[in-house]
Amino acid sequence: MTDAALPVSPVTQAYELDSPARRARRRLFKRKAAVFGLVAITTFIALALLAPLIVPYDPIATSWSLVRKPPTMSHWFGTDELGRDILSRVIYGARASLLAGLISVAIALGIGVPLGLLAGYRGGFTDALISRITDAMLACPFLILAIALAAFLGPSLTNAMIAIGISATPIFIRLTRGQVLNVKSEDYVEAARALGNPGWRIAFSHILPNIMPALLVQATLSIAAAIIAEAALSFLGLGQQPPAPSWGSMLNAAQRFLTQAPWMAIWPGLAIFLVVLSLNLLGDGLRDALDPRQR
Amino acid sequence: MLNFLARRIAQIIPTLFFVSVLIFSLQQLLPGDPALVMAGEERDPAVIEQIRQQYKLDQPIPVQYVYWLKGVLTGNFGESLRSKMPVRELIAQKLPVTLQLGSMAILIAFLIGIPAGIVSAVKRGTVWDYGANLFALWGISTPNFWLGILMIFLFSIELGWLPASGYVPLSENWRASLAATIMPAFVLGNAISAILMRHTRSAMLQVLESDYVRTARAKGLSERSVILKHAMRNALTPIITLGALELGTLLSGAVLTEQIFSIPGFGKLIVDAVFNRDYAVVQGVVLVTATVYITLNLVADVAYILVNPRLRG
Repeated sequence: MTDAALPVSPVTQAYELDSPARRARRRLFKRKAAVFGLVAITTFIALALLAPLIVPYDPIATSWSLVRKPPTMSHWFGTDELGRDILSRVIYGARASLLAGLISVAIALGIGVPLGLLAGYRGGFTDALISRITDAMLACPFLILAIALAAFLGPSLTNAMIAIGISATPIFIRLTRGQVLNVKSEDYVEAARALGNPGWRIAFSHILPNIMPALLVQATLSIAAAIIAEAALSFLGLGQQPPAPSWGSMLNAAQRFLTQAPWMAIWPGLAIFLVVLSLNLLGDGLRDALDPRQR
Repeated sequence: MLNFLARRIAQIIPTLFFVSVLIFSLQQLLPGDPALVMAGEERDPAVIEQIRQQYKLDQPIPVQYVYWLKGVLTGNFGESLRSKMPVRELIAQKLPVTLQLGSMAILIAFLIGIPAGIVSAVKRGTVWDYGANLFALWGISTPNFWLGILMIFLFSIELGWLPASGYVPLSENWRASLAATIMPAFVLGNAISAILMRHTRSAMLQVLESDYVRTARAKGLSERSVILKHAMRNALTPIITLGALELGTLLSGAVLTEQIFSIPGFGKLIVDAVFNRDYAVVQGVVLVTATVYITLNLVADVAYILVNPRLRG
């Protein structure tokens, strides 16, 4: 009997069509909160990318006649202590925040995942060494380590991203290591080893794709934490330097003029809150969609 | 138990060693001549030479580390370049302020987070559950420095109920002290209460489905007694130890909260040190924070075993 003669059951057909990624996507889109998060974060990314085209005013242009004006039809979010349009600055601020979130998590992934793979796959002394360094880094609270690193590196957005990235690295080392230990003795890893694949190829080509879902969820939640950390560093004067707009430094200025211009404090904070909330909702949704057992 | 304790302490030693290496390495990140950078605007050769001497910068890096570690082990974290005070004294001065703020924040977090988590689990799928979940989402997504600013605007500027900034020691005037710290403590505890709520909810949901809760119900006990006496006691055991593990969130939060409310604590000390290029203070603060964190982790582990007889070997 040839293969062509075999009857194809509808169940097999459905199974072939329904890949794990598609199933996860379907589960994700069923969750309204996750969809809200996805739409909101896409909107913020679009605003950040299209900022030069859509802002009504130059975000760093000052005007003495417009100092601390409340919201009006011409300045929807009002103006700040130097007469700059707050709406334009909030839109431009999305660039610094999203960039900081993405780049610092990319740094953390770039360092953390290979080290976690190495520790989990090699085991022994390498694992013990990497794990103890990870414990040491985790013992320093995230923001305090980021502040200390930013202080020694010098205040700038780039250094803030490096500081946040390094501070977020141990979470990824620990997560990757744990995931590797989970899948290390699975048949497909044993099979790859039996075929004579070198260790690095097994780690990157066979193990890594299978632990991606957990990393993706953690990366989404870490971007949220990194955005808050960047805003915190900028609030303290260790991140984006003036006059370039950033939500954190806008809040710092707002605190000084809270009695005269309370609107200055509303919008940048609301922007941070919405972005972080969206990422948290998306992260929770992704976790449920990618690993239904955790529901 | 003793075996466990010995094993846990043995694990801590290499971690503390790496913490010390990590914190010492921070000063290697300074661009150019570290003595010049640390001196900042100061160009007096005598001051630069004093910095070089203090940090043994003319010695090879491993030798510098050994000198630094020797000092740290004897409780000598160096001297503040600006105030000329020993870093140890500065930390001892500021720590009680942050401890008061932190304890109040943890208390607020427990008072909000645990009841909210229990109600959310018991009334699963109702408006109470959705409300508690929304509260948790709000808590973990709101930057505490924004919340602080909004609360100052509402309670200090608009309503005039509480002072916007400053600190009064508890021993001096307890009413004024509470008035000055209640708002920052709430700001600091807000995120932790959200985390506690989520953990309490999932622990309670798990316990409510267990056999002994079903047995308690089958015996005809009232729902109140089932939840308060049987379910809650077991669900809360891991949550109490979680409080210790949230110290990191607490200290990170304290940096910003103290800055916003001008509270002269541990967090403000590190920020002021960063801007004064007082690197010995920055290193001292991070080192003390990490050591306290590691110690509390150990205490939490031991407490968990003490309250959970099944884990006692």
